[in-house]
Amino acid sequence: MTTKTDLDHDLIHRLRIDALIADYIHCIDEDRLEEWPDYFTADGRYKVITRENFDLGLPVALIYCDGRGMFEDRISALRTANIYEPHVYCHMVSALKILDSSGPEIKTQSNFTITRTMSEGGMMTFLCGKIFDTVTEVDGELKFKERTVILDSRRIDTLLVIPV
Amino acid sequence: MDTAQIAPGIDFVWTSEDVSQIPFRVYTDQDLYDREQRVLFQGPTWNFLCLDCEIPEPGDYKMTYIGDAPIVVVRDENGDINAMVNRCAHKGSLICYKPRGNVKEFACIYHNWTYNLRGKLTGVAFGKGVRGKGGLTEEFKHDEHGLERIRVENVRGFIMGTFSDETPPFAEYIGEELMASIDRVFIKPLKVLGYHSQIFPNNWKLYVENNKDSYHASLLHVFHNTFGVVRPTMTGGIKLSKSGWHHLSYTQREEIGDENIAKENLRSKQDDYALSDTRMMQHVLELGDQVTNSIQTVFPTMVLQQILNAIAVRQLIPKGVHESELIWTILGFEDDDADMDELRLQVNNLVGPAGFISMEDGCVGGFIQTAAKANGDAQTILPMGGRKIEPSVGSRVTESAVRGFWKGWRECMGV
Repeated sequence: MTTKTDLDHDLIHRLRIDALIADYIHCIDEDRLEEWPDYFTADGRYKVITRENFDLGLPVALIYCDGRGMFEDRISALRTANIYEPHVYCHMVSALKILDSSGPEIKTQSNFTITRTMSEGGMMTFLCGKIFDTVTEVDGELKFKERTVILDSRRIDTLLVIPV
Repeated sequence: MDTAQIAPGIDFVWTSEDVSQIPFRVYTDQDLYDREQRVLFQGPTWNFLCLDCEIPEPGDYKMTYIGDAPIVVVRDENGDINAMVNRCAHKGSLICYKPRGNVKEFACIYHNWTYNLRGKLTGVAFGKGVRGKGGLTEEFKHDEHGLERIRVENVRGFIMGTFSDETPPFAEYIGEELMASIDRVFIKPLKVLGYHSQIFPNNWKLYVENNKDSYHASLLHVFHNTFGVVRPTMTGGIKLSKSGWHHLSYTQREEIGDENIAKENLRSKQDDYALSDTRMMQHVLELGDQVTNSIQTVFPTMVLQQILNAIAVRQLIPKGVHESELIWTILGFEDDDADMDELRLQVNNLVGPAGFISMEDGCVGGFIQTAAKANGDAQTILPMGGRKIEPSVGSRVTESAVRGFWKGWRECMGV
């Protein structure tokens, strides 16, 4: 349980991390994907993994980026090489919880849902699950050092190309 | 099989001259789908069930499917692997409803009928009634009410299943040459690195055809030739089983050393689409050859994949006429060290539902399915490489293996 002392201690962290997450999801939902790598540290790690694999202790992820280059490659491939029906996401993130704020890196968890709307107009609930973040400050700005997205469903409808 | 034939009990005639023209109706017809379940999936075909290493201990089980039929695969006390239809002999409830686990016996949750790990009925709750009333009568024979057993074969750690007594042994089913291709990749004990599942908005056959269609690889998957997995300069070809049912498509570098691999990466850097980080294109030559891409199909719905160091088995499960589910089991070798584990995670960015060179396969089938619905009497054509079903050396610009699939489909379906 989060105590009043915890809340007082973490208030500024909460506000700043909440703002970071809001900036991040608007960047994706508004298709400003070239900015996406900037939300991570240069050595940032990002994984989208199913709950099935995570719970079984199996390492394979749907998307795995380790270091800035791999973040950039995801976006350049999506823009230039990959073929898919155009679509947009709408992220809903909630229940931000501070897991550890004792050191310079803050660990958090939150829930998310993403709806996906296709160019034809149809919308579906595409993904939902939990996000575990490690956030750190670089030159006065908060960035994700590690972002692990755990999908409740293992079934991906058609394909996953835009990052979560 | 070149003349139009009418299959018993079905209103469908194969009107094309051969298998180079495919009626769209095969992708949209419920009667054909129902017949596929009975005579193809439950007919003389081998179907991938699970891996030997997924159920190492006695009592370990895994749920899977052959076509629409739910199957449970289990290792018994003797270490033997058994597969049964996952359906209680009484009211037909699933006897296993958790995807994997370990059990001493199977107990149906509905009326607590119990079965041993070989599917034999061992107990019926209140079989003798209560206070001498109710229960089973003398005519009920426990031996006649076991779970329906499936024939299994362990092929290099892949557990295969078939409903039919007519199916030839697996090695004979796919033939010597394609058996050798399995042996080329699966050289050591395997371990599972993870699973993916992808829902395709299309009939199952469109995905199977896509795997056998080596013609599309460098055209649809732009990433493929851009970043050096399949380049026009590479050699390769298509191998087919004598039956035409199964195939292998492969690509290899010339027999060159590591320095030339580095040069290839350099060349791709000069292209417009350069990778910032080439780690996922690293290729440790663990199989003793220069094959960069090997896609092997086992009729009807199994795919064995080696793309650089990404190895996997894919199992396609039909989900009604207009949908299918692809289960990817991502593999490594049991003796991989930490560096190799990490490399496989990197290279697995190429495949799966979000894979750089596989994601398009998720949408292209849906594009065809949408168009196929409107064209009941029209047909698709498979003209590349002529009309024959034959191997191809040096070129993958052929639809030979797709025609081979349709030969198998017609033979099973009797149309």
